[in-house]
Amino acid sequence: MLSDHSALSPIFGRLTLDAIPYHEPILLVTFAVVALGGSCVLGAITYFRLWGVLWRDWFTSVDHKRIGVMYVVLGLVMLLRGFADALMMRAQQAMSFGAEEGFLPTHHYDQIFTAHGVIMIFFVAMPLVTGLMNFVVPLQIGARDVSFPFLNNFSFWMTTAGAVVIMISLFVGEFAHTGWLAYPPLSEIGYSPDVGVDYYIWGLQVAGIGTLLSGVNLIATIVKMRAPGMTMMRMPVFTWTALCTNILIVAAFPVLTAVLALLALDRTVGTNFFTNDFGGNPMMYVNLIWIWGHPEVYILILPVFGIFSEVTATFCGKRLFGYTSMVYATLVITILAYIVWLHHFFTMGSGASVNSFFGITTMVISIPTGAKIFNWLFTMYRGRIRFELPMMWVLAFMLTFVVGGMTGVLLAVPPADFVLHNSLFLIAHFHNVIIGGVLFGLFAGINYWFPKAFGFRLDPFWGKISFWFWVVGFYCAFMPLYALGLMGVTRRLRHFDDPSLQIWFIIAACGAVLIAIGIAASLVQFYVSFRNREKLRDVTGDPWDARTLEWSTASPPPSYNFAFTPVVRDIDAWTDMKLHGFERPLQGFRAIHMPSNTGTGVILSGLCVAFAMGMIWYIWWLAILSLAALLWVGITHTFNYHRDFNLPLSEVAATEDARTRLLEGRI
Amino acid sequence: MQEGNVSPFYRVDEDHHAEGGSTMLGFWLYLMSDCLIFAVLFATYGVLGRHYAAGPAPKDIFELPLVATNTAMLLFSSITYGFAMLAMERGKVGQTQTWLAITALFGLAFISIELHEFATLIAEGATPQRSGFLSSFFTLVGTHGLHVSCGLIWLATLMAQVWRHGLIPANRRRLQCLSLFWHFLDVIWIGVFTFVYLMGMLR
Repeated sequence: MLSDHSALSPIFGRLTLDAIPYHEPILLVTFAVVALGGSCVLGAITYFRLWGVLWRDWFTSVDHKRIGVMYVVLGLVMLLRGFADALMMRAQQAMSFGAEEGFLPTHHYDQIFTAHGVIMIFFVAMPLVTGLMNFVVPLQIGARDVSFPFLNNFSFWMTTAGAVVIMISLFVGEFAHTGWLAYPPLSEIGYSPDVGVDYYIWGLQVAGIGTLLSGVNLIATIVKMRAPGMTMMRMPVFTWTALCTNILIVAAFPVLTAVLALLALDRTVGTNFFTNDFGGNPMMYVNLIWIWGHPEVYILILPVFGIFSEVTATFCGKRLFGYTSMVYATLVITILAYIVWLHHFFTMGSGASVNSFFGITTMVISIPTGAKIFNWLFTMYRGRIRFELPMMWVLAFMLTFVVGGMTGVLLAVPPADFVLHNSLFLIAHFHNVIIGGVLFGLFAGINYWFPKAFGFRLDPFWGKISFWFWVVGFYCAFMPLYALGLMGVTRRLRHFDDPSLQIWFIIAACGAVLIAIGIAASLVQFYVSFRNREKLRDVTGDPWDARTLEWSTASPPPSYNFAFTPVVRDIDAWTDMKLHGFERPLQGFRAIHMPSNTGTGVILSGLCVAFAMGMIWYIWWLAILSLAALLWVGITHTFNYHRDFNLPLSEVAATEDARTRLLEGRI
Repeated sequence: MQEGNVSPFYRVDEDHHAEGGSTMLGFWLYLMSDCLIFAVLFATYGVLGRHYAAGPAPKDIFELPLVATNTAMLLFSSITYGFAMLAMERGKVGQTQTWLAITALFGLAFISIELHEFATLIAEGATPQRSGFLSSFFTLVGTHGLHVSCGLIWLATLMAQVWRHGLIPANRRRLQCLSLFWHFLDVIWIGVFTFVYLMGMLR
């Protein structure tokens, strides 16, 4: 607890001019670049008169497809920020040896590795995964939208608000320098008296609400909104993994919310949950945060397993091998995700029996995961494999992820973990599974579903350049860390004395540069694809000869997704329809009941940013006012009973006729 | 509908997902997530509940008669909410509103007694900052109280909406959600009363 609250300004709390880091040249340059880039973007939007379109068709949209796309855009933008942090760390570690101090002062370096972890997990991987689930799941189950369309919009804006809070910390005040999980007692007010940890807490609290609500929404959607005939065991595997992931979200994120609230109480009210004295217990924080944190790992990887399943089946032209075992493997992983959390801190000293239990449960997870790998291999076996971009990412994943999985099993052995704990071996391991698993899978998914979202494919040439730079760059950047970890180098170090280590860090830095080129290439890929969109156009709606329902409708799908609700008779419903003489209906359309757009989500999340700033800087009037405004806007919103409209028959018919002409023109 | 449109692959008739058909499931899922927040707070109390740091223990500060009265307030409010729901089923707006108002009064009484208890404790020096036990006690009980307060605001909102639009399906659905929420808080309180107060006195 801050000892002297009376020293606070009643108007600005603890926010003073000193909080603006104008004395740090790196931040100043960053700010200049962001300000310049930002004003270019805003200027372009104004110049092309896009504000109205953005507001009406995107920001206030309750269409799950648009919200999904916005999530992905958020994730990609934040990827640039998180990756800039990574480049700075790699550069610092490559040069900071002996007398050379590198270019980052300790205080700044510590913030960078914290921000890198927080941003990459919460604001890159999570939005990308949630975005793909949002876009794909309703289409795959033949639904018109999610169960709660407004809630969906609100969830997205809460995630964005969390990202905004984290980004503000770059230029006003500072970010936490505690590491990405903010372990106490370091994160307690006595050791981190500044606003960094508060930015961390409130940024994640705001974003966490969004994640939780989106989880509730997607579970309800999958359980309640499936097309007739789609029994649970006929659901596409991606939908299955999305269901399990969202169950994990709903059952894990409340723990994060609670534990961060307790840390916030310790810091602002002065309670003794995680303090060293007055009966607090810091290890309780570590336990609680990993009870959330380990399921979080599977929240990220499960949907990606779903993507691999869809892509493998499509590009091998075969039904997925072992559908049922795939579903059960997913369920087993979902359950096991909750009973392995202690492997993150075997060194806590919980005793041999406890450590063995958690070590064994951890190793057991490799069984269902291995079953999945074999299922994909057997799907490829005697399939007609087409090496399009999504399939290439799948292959890179299978090779890379197996290595990461093996080192994971090594770390699961408690005695080995006592040596490797907190070393660069661990860093190499989790980057190996998160980049080689989650990120490669997301790239597969983005390349796979992009034509569905926008009506044209992504340029394969630049995609392949990006692919090779990413894959080679990944190995180059992280294999040296395995070696360093085995030599005993610990994580989060800013400076080294032993010159024999330097070569490894230089190789790793080269890897980071290769990845940077890969990221640049994928930006070029987006640009080139947009420029050549007529050439890459997909008029069929099914550019990959794919198997699930999302490919049965137009690319991009109309706002109502399906003019008529599809009836599902088999796994891979669209393949079944194509094989058994499905003919697209040309008449008999009806008006369609649709939810209306609303700006309430934007307003509420804006108020949440204000509330978070009030809490971070102890500007109590701002916190109280914005909380009152939040309540007021929220309650007022519930007095609006007319939240939907009927899309008139003429419009539905016109949209469908246009597609008919397009399809005929092709033939 | 034209004859040619009969196909095994799609429904010609709108397969109507009734409006609000997912609401109860969605709200129930939210409640379960809320339940997990309480689970964390109970677990925290379980770990820290005996860390008195040379400060007061449960026996020194809890007044069971007061807490028993408070428990009665909350339990009665659940019964009266049940009566409100019965009245709603019969479509009686006036009765529904009356029972909702009585529920709100019981809820207010609960919150007032709890605030009185907290104020007494703090005046005695048993503040949340005093020990791990008191931190976890105030947070667990306070979070429940915060939920009841939110429930009261929600209740007032729903009364205004029923007053304005009557017992239309949307309002019935909302009343059902609040009903789940209210009874859920009752269940949580029974846990609090048992594990914190009763078992605390046994120590």
